[in-house]
Amino acid sequence: MIRRLVRFVDQRSGGAPLLRKTLRYLFPDHWSFLLGEVALYAFVVLVATGTYLALFYDASPSKVVYHGPYAPLQGQEMTHAYRSVLDLSTTVKAGLLIRQTHHWAADVFLAAIVLHMLRIFFTGAYRKPRELTYWIGLSILGLALLEGYLGYSLVDDLLSGMGLAIGYGVLVSVPFVGANLAALIWDGPFPGKHDFFSRMYIAHVFLLPALIAVLLSVHLALVALKHHTQFRSQPRQTERKIVGVPTFPGQTPRSLGLFLSVAGVLFLLGGLAQINPIWLWGPYHTYVSTNGAQPDWYLGWLIGALRLVPGWDFTIGHYTVVPNPFWGGAAFPLVCFGFAFSWPLLERRFTGDYGYHNVLDRPRDAPGRTAIGVAVFTWISLVFLAGASDRAQVLLDLSYIGQIWFYRVIVWVGPIVAGLIAYRVCIELQRGEQVERERKRAEAAARGAA
Amino acid sequence: MKRARPKDWLIAGAVLLLRRDRRPPRLKPGEREPVVPAGEPRPRAELLALFLLGAGTLCAVAFIAVYAIDRIPRQTQFLGLSLGLSLLFVAAALIVTAKRLVVTEEIEDEYPLDEHPDEQETVLAAVEDSASRLTRRRLFKLGLAGAGGALFAAFVTPVASLGPVLDMRRFYDTPWRRGKRLVDEHGRPYRADQIEEKTFYTAFAEGSDKEQLGSSLVVVRLPKDDLRLPPENSGFDADGIVAYSKICTHAGCAIALYRVPLFPPAEPKPALVCPCHYSTFDPSDGGSVTFGPAGRKLPMLPIYADSRGQLRARGNFDEPVGPSWWGVRMKRPT
Repeated sequence: MIRRLVRFVDQRSGGAPLLRKTLRYLFPDHWSFLLGEVALYAFVVLVATGTYLALFYDASPSKVVYHGPYAPLQGQEMTHAYRSVLDLSTTVKAGLLIRQTHHWAADVFLAAIVLHMLRIFFTGAYRKPRELTYWIGLSILGLALLEGYLGYSLVDDLLSGMGLAIGYGVLVSVPFVGANLAALIWDGPFPGKHDFFSRMYIAHVFLLPALIAVLLSVHLALVALKHHTQFRSQPRQTERKIVGVPTFPGQTPRSLGLFLSVAGVLFLLGGLAQINPIWLWGPYHTYVSTNGAQPDWYLGWLIGALRLVPGWDFTIGHYTVVPNPFWGGAAFPLVCFGFAFSWPLLERRFTGDYGYHNVLDRPRDAPGRTAIGVAVFTWISLVFLAGASDRAQVLLDLSYIGQIWFYRVIVWVGPIVAGLIAYRVCIELQRGEQVERERKRAEAAARGAA
Repeated sequence: MKRARPKDWLIAGAVLLLRRDRRPPRLKPGEREPVVPAGEPRPRAELLALFLLGAGTLCAVAFIAVYAIDRIPRQTQFLGLSLGLSLLFVAAALIVTAKRLVVTEEIEDEYPLDEHPDEQETVLAAVEDSASRLTRRRLFKLGLAGAGGALFAAFVTPVASLGPVLDMRRFYDTPWRRGKRLVDEHGRPYRADQIEEKTFYTAFAEGSDKEQLGSSLVVVRLPKDDLRLPPENSGFDADGIVAYSKICTHAGCAIALYRVPLFPPAEPKPALVCPCHYSTFDPSDGGSVTFGPAGRKLPMLPIYADSRGQLRARGNFDEPVGPSWWGVRMKRPT
């Protein structure tokens, strides 16, 4: 049966050599190599659940008065968009499960991408010949952030409306062209006209996912063409020789198992762990907002940055050159992404290392890179924490203004300290290994002498 | 069949002495060399995998049952539990398969070549040789680039239909005019004697679209002695009642917090606060920024109480409303 199938495919496509190569493609064994796979599987869950949600969603901001089963919102004016998600969550069987799973999957997708990126960074996996793979991965991260943001903006509950208002505020703050771009996208000033929701919708369910899918395919194709990197955990693993488990039979059940585990955990979360209970937030109006509002975790760094920037607009005469939200909402992420994109080039410039690298560094092997990476990561993390300062005020009774001033200082001091500590730790680890090696050599020599 | 020679016997003996593994089964004619090495059977692991597959099957069936039977309470939770567990059981079966049942071979392979210089040369040569008939290559290239660029521009042009990309007038629009009444969410006019201290009210321009950023107001009453309006805002209040745009000048959220000192003067002065990034504005002095990221004061609306005590606008805001953009300081609101 299988013989006949293989033969059929080969005769019609000439695919047997490719199939053989695919089956015997090698996966070096290390847990951290699975992070990217987790992201991939979360994306699959997102596409599947998202397609289901799209069958119920109504991308219309026209108003309707709610007369549905959820009593607390009876008689309230809301958009058809919000109403359709409310109905999906309250009256459609399994609707809430799929919606919550979709939301969890988005959070896990981004978390997995970020962890994967950290692994790639701290092991130097982005080095030649894999810069393209790395840059495409970063582009996917950027698109995924936007995709997630649009996803929860479509719901048009109070929190998503506030998020959109802030997004609008950031976009109009772009120097020289911001307001024009916003006028184009919203069809005039916020909250825009009817078409805006259709635009968000097509972007969320088609443009961005299609773009992510294409980039993802190229990303994976490049990984396969140049083969995986590997740690040097055995002496036979060299720059020229890869050692790993073949796709089939070794890797297939592992990867499938991981896929089903990711999907299983996401559905468990979707069923058991409430996320974004939109019926509690109520419908959005431009003149309503709520205290303690937080975005999904992956936008926390931007909220933090928006909060930390001191209050001034940069003006020349009556012309406002840089309105304030630009710094936190646009310049900050641009700097972070700019750093990440240019790092392979910068490192190459500084170290003069233009060579090919198939064998990974451990973080300690490149103390400079590790220190800079830790510093930048600390910087972003502290800004992220600053985004939660309103929550800290409520939960821990810390003065909000005091916290902001604390963060305004610590976000600059913290990274330097963390970077120096990381550097020191790397050096000490290296020395420890050196001592260990010398001890072993001496012992061997002593044994030889005896 | 070949007969065994003394050398073969020697090798066999050495293997028997040094390796205690089973001898690899001798290949019969027509039999192939195994691609995946053979392994020991592991009946217990196999049984475990089968058991896990069975559990996964049961949970998947349970999902369908929970879906179908409406009497089951907490449907979402049980749906998630059954589907999630089903997936996890099958995942566990696969992981048992991967770890215990499939022969795990760690094999070596060469990394692909760093580059293919010959192929690169061929590609280059093909490109170079392709234009042998062209006499004005640069002009030709220019022509191609020009046509390509113009076509691209033509394709992009309809994007301008999406919105008023150059017309910024609507960014200055507000519905406020002299005499326009301040109404509440249900359209009922506010009277001055309704407005009490230490609380805040949301008001709209009568007959306007409440969602328009220029419509909504936050209205508070301050003790008259506490008012310190700057000269350009003098007379904007209606006997201690002040009205500001409800839209934060930082990022466009609604200003929904009003901080009032319970024990003045030990506590800070009254303040209007946006909950998004805690931009804080002083309602007593024309809406100046006292803390937070906002770069512009809150636009203030001049109001008065008419003969029936109803609050009305005396004119438009002193500044355009909404988050800052490049032209926000260039014109008065219209």
